[in-house]
Amino acid sequence: MFSASDLKKGLKVQVDGEPWAITEFEFCKPGKGTSLYRCKLKNMITGSTIDRTYRPTDKLDKPDLEEKEMYYSYAENDFFVFSDAETFEEMHVSAKTLGRDAYFLIENSLCKILLFNGLPIEITLPTFIEKVIADTEPGARGDTATNVLKTAKIDNGYEIQVPLFINTGDLVKIDTRTGLYAERVSKA
Amino acid sequence: MQNASPKPDCIYQLEQIKARLLLRAGLISSIRQYFDVNGFAEVETPLMIKAPAPEEFIEAPQAGEMFLRTSPELQMKLMVAAGFEKIYQLGACFREGEFGRKHRPEFTMLEWYHSGADYNDLLDFTAGMLRHLAVFAAGSSAISYQGQVIDFAAEPEIITVKEAFRRFAGVTPENAMNTDRFDELMVTKIEPMLGQGRPTFLKDYPASRSALARLKQADHTVAERWELYLSGIEIANAYSELIDPAEQTARFEEAAAARAHGGCRPYPPPVEFLQAINAGMPESSGCALGIDRLIMIFTDADDISQVKMPLV
Repeated sequence: MFSASDLKKGLKVQVDGEPWAITEFEFCKPGKGTSLYRCKLKNMITGSTIDRTYRPTDKLDKPDLEEKEMYYSYAENDFFVFSDAETFEEMHVSAKTLGRDAYFLIENSLCKILLFNGLPIEITLPTFIEKVIADTEPGARGDTATNVLKTAKIDNGYEIQVPLFINTGDLVKIDTRTGLYAERVSKA
Repeated sequence: MQNASPKPDCIYQLEQIKARLLLRAGLISSIRQYFDVNGFAEVETPLMIKAPAPEEFIEAPQAGEMFLRTSPELQMKLMVAAGFEKIYQLGACFREGEFGRKHRPEFTMLEWYHSGADYNDLLDFTAGMLRHLAVFAAGSSAISYQGQVIDFAAEPEIITVKEAFRRFAGVTPENAMNTDRFDELMVTKIEPMLGQGRPTFLKDYPASRSALARLKQADHTVAERWELYLSGIEIANAYSELIDPAEQTARFEEAAAARAHGGCRPYPPPVEFLQAINAGMPESSGCALGIDRLIMIFTDADDISQVKMPLV
């Protein structure tokens, strides 16, 4: 249990059975009045936000959250299967939970999986992953401009924006936090 | 280059806020000047006191057998009772558990008392002080705070608590109190609308929320109390002082009972203050103003940490 005075930005609490992260926090105390703790909460599953004001006597539940390190193994229908780094126990994560990250999974890459009541709610991939460009318009020779971009497909069909000098078959680095091209690793 | 030892963080923090702290020094000296030319005497009362005024939501830190003052109110009123007619004080006050963008457990208070004056006189005096400070700090009667202009030359907005609740929260203060939402509505709906473009004086608080204020003669449900707001931030609290001994005793008892009910530590009764009020206290008014917040406004700071020495 948390009491209202424990609340602060970044703390994770359980409200109405769901895990929420406090994204904004302000201590208020109107003239001669009671302390109030104003929070903006972000739902850790749906991403929706709500405003809540708590009083000194309010108590909040602590969500049952656990972070596990797991290796990505393989895809199975609409699920992606990870295996525990220590016990090799398998866990199925839905495409919906992964969102865009599903396109950036690389076999045997070590990921962090956040569990709420034992179920996966958030996957953190390695910050950078490497992918081969499967298809893009040929680059103009000698064009080294990095501020002009074109569309390129990676092996699973996901489209990213890359500089003009990137060619099909090049190996590129992608930042999984933003989903954006970071740099070229090697030429085809 | 010589390999110097790293500086502690507080040195960097102080370097960052140096310009604001120097402006703070100038503002403080300008405040003293305003009080001096208006015939007030600067006084000092003890920081360690025997008995804080019982207030439901204000906690005094314990200091051995005594307490750190949450405000110099009772001590300064004893001076008023002793015949000091116009007094002011600048100094630290302490309130346990208050920490946030606009709060520190130790903060600087400007408090003054004026015998014979009522809360309306204090309002005019305070508006005059703000104009004086604006001219000093910004070189003009209008300043910019977080992108919004505050014009101290403009007539201040004066709005009653009742009208503010009706206009901004759509309920009466009585209704808000009965449903225990007075403070919440004040913080979420009302305060953000006050002090925009010019100072706002929010006045005539429900009697139950003004433990040491005199009731308004024309309407005994409200007390002669106002709060000053600048850009949504509460800056000062003033009232016509309650000098009726029976009424004061009853209000203290109510506040003490509310503290006990809320599980707060009991304070010893402020014996000397009650004796003084029984012996007869002159009509007077007093105001408490949060200096750190006022400096935030005049130095365009959005957090109190930018106008105070960091905790070390």
